[in-house]
Amino acid sequence: MTRRQRRLTIIGGSLAVLAAAAALVLNAMRDSIVFFSTPTMVVERHIQPGKRFRLGGLVQPGSLMRGENLSITFQVADGSAKLPVSYTGILPDLFREGQGVVAEGSLDSAGVFRADTVLAKHDENYMPKDVADALKKQGHWKDEYGAKQGAKAESSARAADGNAGVARAAQPGATR
Amino acid sequence: MIAESGHYALVLALGLALIQSIVPVLGARWRDFALMNVARSTAVAQLAFVAASFAALVTLHVASDFSVANVFENSHSMKPLIYKVTGVWGNHEGSMLLWVSILALFGGLVAIFGNNLPISLRAHVLAVQAWIASAFYLFILLTSNPFVRLANPPIEGQDLNPVLQDIGLAIHPPMLYLGYVGFSIAFSFAIAALIEGRIDAAWARWVRPWTLVAWIFLTLGIAMGSYWAYYELGWGGWWFWDPVENASLMPWLAGTAFLHSLVVMEKRNALKVWTILLSILAFSLSLLGTFLVRSGVLTSVHAFANDPRRGVFILLILCVFIGGSLSLYALRASSLKQGGLFAPISREGALVLNNLLLTTACATVFIGTLYPLALEVITGEKISVGAPFFNLTFAPLFLPLMVALPFGPLLAWKRGDLLGAAQRLMAAAVAALILTAVVWAWTLGGSTFAPLAIGLAVFVVAGAVVDIAERTGLFRVPLEAAIRRAQGLPRSAWGTMFAHAGVGIALIGIVCETTWNSEFIRSMKPGDVAKLAGYELKLEDLAQRQGPNFREMVARFSVTTGGRLIDTMTPSKRNFTTRGATTTEAALLTRGASQLYISLGDFALDGSTAVRIYHKPFVLFIWFGPVLMALGGVLSLSDRRLRIGAPKPARRLRELQAAE
Repeated sequence: MTRRQRRLTIIGGSLAVLAAAAALVLNAMRDSIVFFSTPTMVVERHIQPGKRFRLGGLVQPGSLMRGENLSITFQVADGSAKLPVSYTGILPDLFREGQGVVAEGSLDSAGVFRADTVLAKHDENYMPKDVADALKKQGHWKDEYGAKQGAKAESSARAADGNAGVARAAQPGATR
Repeated sequence: MIAESGHYALVLALGLALIQSIVPVLGARWRDFALMNVARSTAVAQLAFVAASFAALVTLHVASDFSVANVFENSHSMKPLIYKVTGVWGNHEGSMLLWVSILALFGGLVAIFGNNLPISLRAHVLAVQAWIASAFYLFILLTSNPFVRLANPPIEGQDLNPVLQDIGLAIHPPMLYLGYVGFSIAFSFAIAALIEGRIDAAWARWVRPWTLVAWIFLTLGIAMGSYWAYYELGWGGWWFWDPVENASLMPWLAGTAFLHSLVVMEKRNALKVWTILLSILAFSLSLLGTFLVRSGVLTSVHAFANDPRRGVFILLILCVFIGGSLSLYALRASSLKQGGLFAPISREGALVLNNLLLTTACATVFIGTLYPLALEVITGEKISVGAPFFNLTFAPLFLPLMVALPFGPLLAWKRGDLLGAAQRLMAAAVAALILTAVVWAWTLGGSTFAPLAIGLAVFVVAGAVVDIAERTGLFRVPLEAAIRRAQGLPRSAWGTMFAHAGVGIALIGIVCETTWNSEFIRSMKPGDVAKLAGYELKLEDLAQRQGPNFREMVARFSVTTGGRLIDTMTPSKRNFTTRGATTTEAALLTRGASQLYISLGDFALDGSTAVRIYHKPFVLFIWFGPVLMALGGVLSLSDRRLRIGAPKPARRLRELQAAE
């Protein structure tokens, strides 16, 4: 083999691997990406039953019901719409009524969102970023979320009254 | 006083870094040895000042000085001492200070141990280190100063996020940073080589130990982080393809490719241009990881836009260093001479394939991590890219890598004999087939893919052993001769074996855990028994307990198998009063390499509790693998040829003269 042929072999091989990788990525992009919706968006977009998506919003206070064998139902609200959610299993530590939540699953034919995952990972102000962003965009973000936390940060800075998990979120403005 | 001294020490370190950025470069240009040597003293002094600054912050945390904002926000007087110390880097400002401390540590070590480097190369390397250091000192001092005082000092602190109050946090971030930041040395060497326009096999030999150190720590750091998430988050998951995890995986993939291409450069003086590019990539991805984790862009694109100082500053650092280094590379790479020729089927060819697959796999992780961010910034559409995406892209690229892995070390340099290698791997292939058949028969009717994957993993492990057996002539020569040969093998050969076997071991763990993991999720009352994978777990009682800064509800399970009591497990749910936060402390019981895992859910009013029990077969292999890889790295690092360094002939000559 000449130098040129060797180089061509290597370049050809590299291109083949890259092409395969690109095909894999495009294929995966089509099938395995999950979109995010709020209850309002679910109504507007007429999402088909069975299509997987992530639902985000606030857990409607008073809507949490526990059934047999760890089955749980609650409602997710975003100010203008509500969606019932059913889930079986253990809720994450940070799950609270009135706080933000993200659930992954799909709608059933009765319009109930069957979640197989309820996400625990979000920041310390109990507001998943997707939810906060969506609420802000719709204008349902009440400044009181921020203001309340700011006030709490102030008070805990003075009296160390606890509830610092909430206070921390307002950290940059409130405590400096 | 301590806070102010710490702050002042950091400012002085910045001053030294600025001197170190400029003077040695001028010295190298003017061929002035005194100026070039300035870099050495400034690097060591910089290390001293940053260490003092870091020590100051640790002292403040240990003394619970709540007049300092950073201590107030992240500490509590009741917090156990160990978490007072580790809490120093459990927050943004402190972790950035740790970052620059490690950067200064590496710079100082190059200055102290870099005796065998040509003086101008050393000057350039340390100058580039100082450019990076200056940027990050400025970042800390301007946007993330950990020494800011509060006007009205509170009596008590806000405590550290309870999830972070764990021994895992003590070890994980420093290790990860040693890895991330360690790649800066390879980067500095690459930039220095590009500036000087000269690069040869000796360069690879100088860079290799630093890269190995960084790689070892990064490997252990990622494994630690994964184990920490496994037992601390209470989900039993060990890898989430979360952007934060991907941020550490990308430099690891690029760094692994870089280590392998360094071998080619060192032995055959080939692939120089590519190796330089990889060293730039490895550090750029480390910087990207720092940006992703530290700018807040992951928490919220909006938060990033609302409080842009930090994010934009790191983004600026990122652009300047990546853009600058790639431009320099584009300008100067063509001036580097091409080295040795090789056939596609050869050791070099195998290492090129390794590089190709690793970097492509790295690229898919890159796309999966950044595409959602880019899409949100551009269109506002929110998507999540999770495990399914990476299973469909990353896994298929790793498969051929695993198949090819055992062949690599058996091929000769320049021109290899694929058929010969295949013949020598026959034993490994037979072992793999037998195990595939056994596993398949054992789990008849189960997954067909899993036994094949186990077979592949066994092939990788056995292939690594075959390589050593071939080199020592085991079974061909008398045993004593083989042992003698084994003792004479270079340590790096053993390093290769352990590192490669580690990949196979990790794969075994991953396949077993994902395929044959069994779980039990139900609500249990005291006296109830759960049966899982041949074990009986009886919930004996629930009891309240008071910890130093939390209250916890502890459940006591007795574990029996075949009527014999083995152990008790005590998972708990902790309530941290200061932050009003709850954490789940899982209980783990190790049986061989398998584990039983219990974590608690909510407590109901009728005295029952939700319980999640997993049996995870061979799960520990997932972390044994990386530990073996790191051990391989350590062995390779202790190899004679790296310790002695490049200018060996000259030194030998000198020794001879001394002997006369």
